[in-house]
Amino acid sequence: MTTETKSFAEIFQSFQKHIDTEQDLREEIRLIVRDQEQTARRILTVLQGVHQPEGLREIPAICEKARILFEDVRKHFKELKSKVPSDQYYKFHDHWRFVSQRLTFVAALTVYLETESLIEREQAAEMLGVEVDRTQGFHLDLEDFLMGLLYLADELARFAVNSVTAGDYNRPTRLAHFMSQLDLGFRLLNLKNDSLRKKFDSLKYNLKKIEEVIYDLSIRGLKPQIDPVTAVEENSREDAVGT
Amino acid sequence: MSEDKQDKKVAGGPPWKKGGRGWKHKIQEDGDDLSKLQHQVDESLPCVKVFRKFQEELDAKHDKYENLVKSSRDLTIESKRIIFLLHRITGCKEETTEKLLSEASIKIKELQSGNLRKIAEQLQDEDIFYYLRSISPGLQEYVEAVSFYHYLKDNRLVGFEELQADLVFHEENDTSSKEDSLLSKQVLVPLPPQDYMLGIADLTGELMRKCINSVGQGNLEEPFQLCHFIQNIYDAFLSFGNTPGREFTRKIQTLRQSLKKVENACYTIRVRGSEIPKHMLIHVFNEEISENLECDLTV
Repeated sequence: MTTETKSFAEIFQSFQKHIDTEQDLREEIRLIVRDQEQTARRILTVLQGVHQPEGLREIPAICEKARILFEDVRKHFKELKSKVPSDQYYKFHDHWRFVSQRLTFVAALTVYLETESLIEREQAAEMLGVEVDRTQGFHLDLEDFLMGLLYLADELARFAVNSVTAGDYNRPTRLAHFMSQLDLGFRLLNLKNDSLRKKFDSLKYNLKKIEEVIYDLSIRGLKPQIDPVTAVEENSREDAVGT
Repeated sequence: MSEDKQDKKVAGGPPWKKGGRGWKHKIQEDGDDLSKLQHQVDESLPCVKVFRKFQEELDAKHDKYENLVKSSRDLTIESKRIIFLLHRITGCKEETTEKLLSEASIKIKELQSGNLRKIAEQLQDEDIFYYLRSISPGLQEYVEAVSFYHYLKDNRLVGFEELQADLVFHEENDTSSKEDSLLSKQVLVPLPPQDYMLGIADLTGELMRKCINSVGQGNLEEPFQLCHFIQNIYDAFLSFGNTPGREFTRKIQTLRQSLKKVENACYTIRVRGSEIPKHMLIHVFNEEISENLECDLTV
């Protein structure tokens, strides 16, 4: 009888200990993630400058500012990395899922503004200071990365509108080209019926918005005659064939 | 053929639903476009190359998840069968009890070397928490079955470590040629403590059923033992509170109901057991339970 009750107590006590330690860890993670969210907001605020009338000319300066702030991001992730046991990434993933989507988005936006190209996964991971592959430790989840790209599409549709307001009539065409590439890419994926799928469904509205902008420009003769995108494309094609 | 179907739909559906149908139709077209697109896409585009990689990775993840869901369902079904088998023990003679227990033990072993091993192999080198939601119902049912077995066999609560130890498999069994290189390698299904506890909470439901059955068989000793056992578990769960997760709160409520039924059963046996013939007792008892259930519902 005594042995039975003792084992009872032992079993439940060890579980109690388990949930207590887990609870503590969660608290610590939450604190770091809160700081990380703050940084993400700060970067986004900086990048919002491009929507201002003067913003287009200041793009390099804005990006540089954002790049500096990414150091904080790397610092926070490093801290988080030291807290989360390497084989339990997905146990606590929910805590930083949203913030890493947000950060992928701001990283992708920075890269787009700098080079007008799609951020690579490796590039994003490097900017965030995490690994690409799960086996290497604290990494950037693929679904989070893709979610970040969809946030980017949202932002760029808005950017197209504002760049016209600021008098840059060339930009929407380039943006449209970029977005259609993104759409093409996402159409290759077989998405499950989850949040990523839902977000993807809104991509077509962003595309539509940009097409409307271009339509408005072209019927008023504001669209440049020589399409800058296709010209660039042609060049790069020839290069590719040449090599 | 598809046109016929659509015609029917138009004829059958109310006019105000036409818009909806049209939209659905459009989606379908989109789907067709998509499959065409898949063949037509210019594979040399850099963005296509990048996304092809993503596609592969996502598909692999989804496939694995689905496979694990299937394994988990099988695990649930088999575990349920074991529980039913164990319920048959109530009121049996010594030898039949032994026979049923050994039969259950064999089934559990089969489950471990078959289904659970398969799950372990699929989870190898993966972060188990990514796939946890796919297998956790199966794992809980398994914990319920095994802990029920151990309770009936030794009248005790099986420990977490004991269950985990059963879920470690050594690779050398099935690879005779590569035996040397893989000798040390092992695969395991990591059992999360949360799932263990939730399985134990389910166990109390089975114990409650067993208690009612045993009264039906005229056994007036067993309910008191079971009551004591469930009380212990209930006390522990209360002390956890709802920190371990939302599921716990729900389970605690069910646990409380089971416990109440068993306690009422014990009460009835004490009060009226001596005055009513055994075979009548079960009727009294069932009435009381249904009354109690009604009360619970109204509250």
